[in-house]
Amino acid sequence: MMALRTRWPWFVLLAAAIAFPLFAANTYIVSVMSLAFIMAIAALGLNLITGYTGQFNLAHGAFMAVGAYTVGILTTDYQVPYWVAFALAGVTTGVLGYFIGILSLRLKGHYFSIFTLCVSYIMYLLIEKWESLTHGTVGIMGIPAPTGVGSLQFDTPIAQYYLALAFLVLGTFLMSRIVHSLLGRAFMAVRNGDLLAEALGVDLMRTKTLSFVLSVIYAGFAGALYAGQVRFLGPDVANESVTFDLIMFTLVGGVGTLMGPLLGTLLVTWLTQSLQFLQDYRMVVFGPVLIALIIFLPDGIVGTWLKRRARRADAAASLKAATAQGATTATGTETRHA
Amino acid sequence: MLEIDSLTKQFFGLTAVDHVSTRIEQGQITAIIGPNGAGKTTFFNLIAGTHAPTSGRIVFKGQDVTGMRPDRVARLGVARTFQTTNLFDNATVLDNLIVGHRLRTHSSLWDVLINSARLREEERLCRAKAMEALDFVGLAHVANRIAADITQEERKRVAFALALATEPELLLLDEPAGGVNPEETVGLAELIQKLVRHGKTVCLIEHKMDMIMQLADKIVVLNNGEKIAEGTADQIRRDPHVIEAYLGADHAAV
Amino acid sequence: MELFFQQFLNGLTVGGVYSLVALGLTLVYGVLHVPNFAHGAFYMAGAFAGYYLMSALGLNYWLAMLGAAAVVAVIAMLSQVLVFNPLRNAPELHDMIAAIGILLFLEAGAQALFGADFHRMPTPYGQIVEVFGLTAPLQRLLIIAGAFGLMALLHLFLNHTVLGSTIIAMAQNRDGAALVGIDAGRVTLLVFAISGALAAVAAMLYAPINLVYPAMGNLVITKAFVIIILGGMGSFPGAIVGGLIIGMAESFGGFYFSTDYKDIIAFVLLVVILSFRPQGLFTGKGARA
Repeated sequence: MMALRTRWPWFVLLAAAIAFPLFAANTYIVSVMSLAFIMAIAALGLNLITGYTGQFNLAHGAFMAVGAYTVGILTTDYQVPYWVAFALAGVTTGVLGYFIGILSLRLKGHYFSIFTLCVSYIMYLLIEKWESLTHGTVGIMGIPAPTGVGSLQFDTPIAQYYLALAFLVLGTFLMSRIVHSLLGRAFMAVRNGDLLAEALGVDLMRTKTLSFVLSVIYAGFAGALYAGQVRFLGPDVANESVTFDLIMFTLVGGVGTLMGPLLGTLLVTWLTQSLQFLQDYRMVVFGPVLIALIIFLPDGIVGTWLKRRARRADAAASLKAATAQGATTATGTETRHA
Repeated sequence: MLEIDSLTKQFFGLTAVDHVSTRIEQGQITAIIGPNGAGKTTFFNLIAGTHAPTSGRIVFKGQDVTGMRPDRVARLGVARTFQTTNLFDNATVLDNLIVGHRLRTHSSLWDVLINSARLREEERLCRAKAMEALDFVGLAHVANRIAADITQEERKRVAFALALATEPELLLLDEPAGGVNPEETVGLAELIQKLVRHGKTVCLIEHKMDMIMQLADKIVVLNNGEKIAEGTADQIRRDPHVIEAYLGADHAAV
Repeated sequence: MELFFQQFLNGLTVGGVYSLVALGLTLVYGVLHVPNFAHGAFYMAGAFAGYYLMSALGLNYWLAMLGAAAVVAVIAMLSQVLVFNPLRNAPELHDMIAAIGILLFLEAGAQALFGADFHRMPTPYGQIVEVFGLTAPLQRLLIIAGAFGLMALLHLFLNHTVLGSTIIAMAQNRDGAALVGIDAGRVTLLVFAISGALAAVAAMLYAPINLVYPAMGNLVITKAFVIIILGGMGSFPGAIVGGLIIGMAESFGGFYFSTDYKDIIAFVLLVVILSFRPQGLFTGKGARA
């Protein structure tokens, strides 16, 4: 398991993130970045179920929409305070994820992915058609920003940036605990192969369901934060393209690594923002880039780097061992000749 | 240690295992042999819980484990290897093995989230057991090698180590010497004997006859899902049914 | 009675189209062993190719259909050569992601070339005819005839020609097929070409009574997947029966319950059936992929 056991890259990133708004040209860029942080939280979740546990969940974006709509509906139609709605977003996605999980995780491989694709469509259609609940295509407007805590207010782009960052840090921290633990190893055993995992004592359904529920809870909270920042929701939030974006981010960074989804999300968002021509042709370029990545760089940036580093470490260790051996032999020979 | 009583498995009209009964004695090496398609791996699958039998009973150390889920069977002390072992190629060999001991631990999600002392202790234990197992199979020197970079024979040993890390009493080895040259086969056979010297019971499926004849205390011969012979190496060598199954009826008369 | 007949006809129409799409999908699954998520984009590409041929080059409906089939066959073969073949030894997840990449590319391409608006495909067969005293739109009858005729042709091809048998052989056992001298590469290309052509024809048949737009393949492909899961991956009769079931369910369900939610019917059916039979309705192999 590749772990970025060295801590300094994390601190560098954190420092850069904290300092970023001070150097940003305008608040628009700050908003773009905080949105990227929110997507990164969702990507972390997707990485857990797909990267670490090996189940390709195509409904992940739809769960993000569930979290977003939970906040949207509760705050605008029922005047529920933001943070209560926020917590409920996590609960709703968790419960929904549990039931969909036990239904779908009995299916293996492709059937699971197809099933989640269909679940994603059902959710999209429901959001679009169930107007009495979700306002349909009109959407939900005027969602309040997250309510302030004490003297901290969250209604400016910069404040929301740091709020998103704080949640991202918390989410990453908890995720690192999960994936580096024995539980994380159980997830990876499932990814390597159901049969072997079971032979090692892993309870498949329980483990897969746990991974699924945890992953969609991340999506749900990301959606809740999204609602509080963008403050408007439409059925498009549940579109497949959200899931595809998340897949792309995770792939670029490195599936099955911790920093991968983060790096990938930030990098891709940054690139598409700064390269304007990419914006216009973004959709056409997206597909081929995804294909090129999966063919030539399937481990992503972080994954490839970690693999190389581990290989070099092992080669160095073997060389050391061999040299030590050689030295002993040489001494032996010398002694004989002497 | 393991009693198998009239075990049968039918798949949509094909009888893969047909009323097989036998005993695996503790501390012994039992070999399951037979022509291809005889039902040997299905037989293992039934014991390990991957498939539920159509009828029959399996009793392990006095407990009825018929149709029990594989992870529960593993927890009771039955470990198995597969013909091909899927290792996590992107990680080190040692990393691959740590999960092997997890079934003996008890940390929950809460332990994970708060990084409790119990979790840390159990992780330390799993790592120690992994190293121990790796050492046992003689591969301590590749602990930090990327799993994709080890040889086929080393892979087979790592598979043993993985099974060992679960602290089993019975090991079911499916073609442990598959794809391995004669010299390496001898090494693996010695490893199996070492397992038994350390108190394990081994049951293996193999096609390499020299290895079987030297290793096995008892041989069970399957053909078309049925048990056609059972006994020591000498008995099996001379059994006309076995000869017929492998070489055809012409040779049986000889 | 008239209403019932209309819905029945509708069901046959839609079911026929779905079956064609599902057949193409199941054919490719036999050689790719991974669901081709780009199949819906092939369908859409077929409609757009036909639309272009008809509107910009003035070809008639049938020639345009042939042209569209050819175009999509080429696109499908290119997909195999450029994308799936390099990934033949990679984990299945990679194939699925790559298929999504193809889907995104084709959709974005269509949007860049033709815009995101809906287009109408003019039909030369807009008349209503009388069948046994009941009225029916000619286009629908054509779709039904075309779809089922094509399925019959496909069945004949697969089961009664040497080439067809090689396709079946490869689907069942790739290595075994190679051993008896079947050129896996060429057969795979052929399968992709046929699958693409089927999708294009289905799109061309259905487009005149529907609209042409870049996202038109999405809903169709998800329903095709439902059909295949229900009927069994790789099962020819399963695809046809499944297509008809979904077609009828949508037609009658949409009419008697609610048109708004009729698209959900297929998925609800899937959820319900898979909850009781995770291996699908027809198959022995099924979901334990």
